Amino acid sequence: MDTILEVKNLRLYYHTSKGVVKALDNVSFNLKKGETLGLVGESGCGKTTTGVALLRMPSPPGRIEEGSQIVVDGRDIMPLSDKQIRKDVRWEEVAMVFQGAMNCLTPVYTIGKQMMETLQEHRDMDKVQAAELIKEYLNLVGMPPEVMNRYPHELSGGMKQRIVIATALFLKPKIVILDEPTTALDVIVQAQIINLLKKLKKTFDLSFIFITHDLALEAEVCDRICVMYAGKIAELGTNAQIYGKQGPMHPYTEKLLQATPLLKKKVDTLSFIPGAPPDLIDPPKGCRFNPRCHKVMDKCREEEPPLLEIEPGHMVACWRCVK
Amino acid sequence: MSIKDDDVILRVENLKKHFMPHQGLLQSLSGKPKKLIKAVDGVSFSIRRGEIFGLIGESGSGKTTTGKLVMKLIEPTSGKMIFNGEDVTQTDKARTQAYRRQVQMIFQDPYASMNPRFKIRDVLQEPLIIHKIEGDQAKHEEMIIKSLTEVKLNPPVEFMGRYPHMLSGGQRQRVATARTLILNPMMLVADEPVSMIDLSTRAEILHMMKDVQRDLGLTYLYITHDLSTARYFTDRIAVMYLGKIVEMGPANEIIDEPLHPYTKALISAVPEPETGKVDLIKELPISGEIPSPANVPPGCRFHTRCPYAKLECSAEAEPELMDAGNGHYHACRRWKEI
Repeated sequence: MDTILEVKNLRLYYHTSKGVVKALDNVSFNLKKGETLGLVGESGCGKTTTGVALLRMPSPPGRIEEGSQIVVDGRDIMPLSDKQIRKDVRWEEVAMVFQGAMNCLTPVYTIGKQMMETLQEHRDMDKVQAAELIKEYLNLVGMPPEVMNRYPHELSGGMKQRIVIATALFLKPKIVILDEPTTALDVIVQAQIINLLKKLKKTFDLSFIFITHDLALEAEVCDRICVMYAGKIAELGTNAQIYGKQGPMHPYTEKLLQATPLLKKKVDTLSFIPGAPPDLIDPPKGCRFNPRCHKVMDKCREEEPPLLEIEPGHMVACWRCVK
Repeated sequence: MSIKDDDVILRVENLKKHFMPHQGLLQSLSGKPKKLIKAVDGVSFSIRRGEIFGLIGESGSGKTTTGKLVMKLIEPTSGKMIFNGEDVTQTDKARTQAYRRQVQMIFQDPYASMNPRFKIRDVLQEPLIIHKIEGDQAKHEEMIIKSLTEVKLNPPVEFMGRYPHMLSGGQRQRVATARTLILNPMMLVADEPVSMIDLSTRAEILHMMKDVQRDLGLTYLYITHDLSTARYFTDRIAVMYLGKIVEMGPANEIIDEPLHPYTKALISAVPEPETGKVDLIKELPISGEIPSPANVPPGCRFHTRCPYAKLECSAEAEPELMDAGNGHYHACRRWKEI
């Protein structure tokens, strides 16, 4: 499979008055064409920050540092000017469905008018043509054309999420970043949206980056899973490597999985991870996970473990995996 | 129902809450009849002393409204509530106040449920002042320390001087729990207490709540949309759909052997962390979304989305809860065939 996105040494720092927050520190991964890559981790581990960095729009005082590389379909987008990014990359090549985007629809415009705005900004199109295209996309996400004349408050959460997804696909991007696209939805609606996303991916030949904190959902959607902790990749592996018999290799992934309640199996106790992710101005010395790790060794407190490939396609940053 | 009366702490009988929607001038001039919003439409259940009772449903199912009715935050349209052997449906102000001391609530959002300008000490002392609990400052402090210890916030004295913003989500939810415990309640209503907490600490809070429940012999009404935590956390579950309970029984049985098609659909939609499902499109037995409670379908209210619905389901009267044995109740007349 061809690589559609390659991220090398991505560093995104927030320069605050209290110090430099290293929100992303040397993150490298790639995304193959037609693949869904999952980003998981607790809040504050850099999942959303990674998504926003891929659009090259970190919120100030955040800055993507020198030496970071984001290669979209063979072109490094880091040297491009802001204008070029806006014209060529954002929504044209890489689109994002933001977390809670369905609640950001303007209450005073109809759905049709809001969708029209995107088209008129980016495409030279008259209103009749645009309306036709909107209807086509509404149909694709399973909505009747009348929805164009509705206001957001008349729609349910699931319907609004469908609108937001349709809008993200308008300009035929190659990569779509989905940030917690089903978090606020009920389980049946969530399953409907996931089915829809899987179908759209095939129809449009898309590649997804799927951000969520729900490991159970991730298992049903992602070909590969990238577990992030404190702005770094802790483990990256295929669906089978993370969720299969052998199980994950990094203690953090292991604990996250054990903390996920299972429906089909009754357990007496659920596991949890004591403490909270560290302050990224002054992360712990050595492995960033060491203060919360149940398998910590002396070495973990001193030296930071490198992200190493321990079997084909399976990367882990843990001293226990270094032979 | 088969549960003995003295085991029951709260019995709810045919409880209803119908809201009258606000109408604009044009609408009222047009003479169209107002449509009642039937948020809770005839709910009956009994909660045993010392059990954790789960109320499950999608948004719009009426689970939160039921919780508010139980808390007496809103008045029911009709029906009865019997708490500890006493009818508490209609109570005067003093009795309501006393009832709220016995039945306390943990809210969903630990970030919004605390005054940011209050120190934890003040957050916990406020209920003592509201309920005019006797004692001087020293006595109150003692009670605050005791309840902070019960939720394992150690050392309690240190936490008393902090502000809510200095605590993590999990710690806040512990404080929220401590705030309810300080009044020595008999029952707690917890509406989605962990939905806003990170997955990694969710289990920690549920553990803590379970420990407190065991230590103090409390009863919980746990309201959630999350079947997985409900299975782990509760003894019995009631599944609500559009203002009514459609299935009720022991938690394990509801999940392992659901009888109602709606419960079956809910369970099939829950993702599980297993490999090999990426290329599958999940087969969903039901389509569409929950209808508006202003337009409750006639007959069985689930028939519009039910894959097994026949003419009788919409034409005949709505089925009431039926006993399938072992305290497992359901409201589906075709349950044997499906």
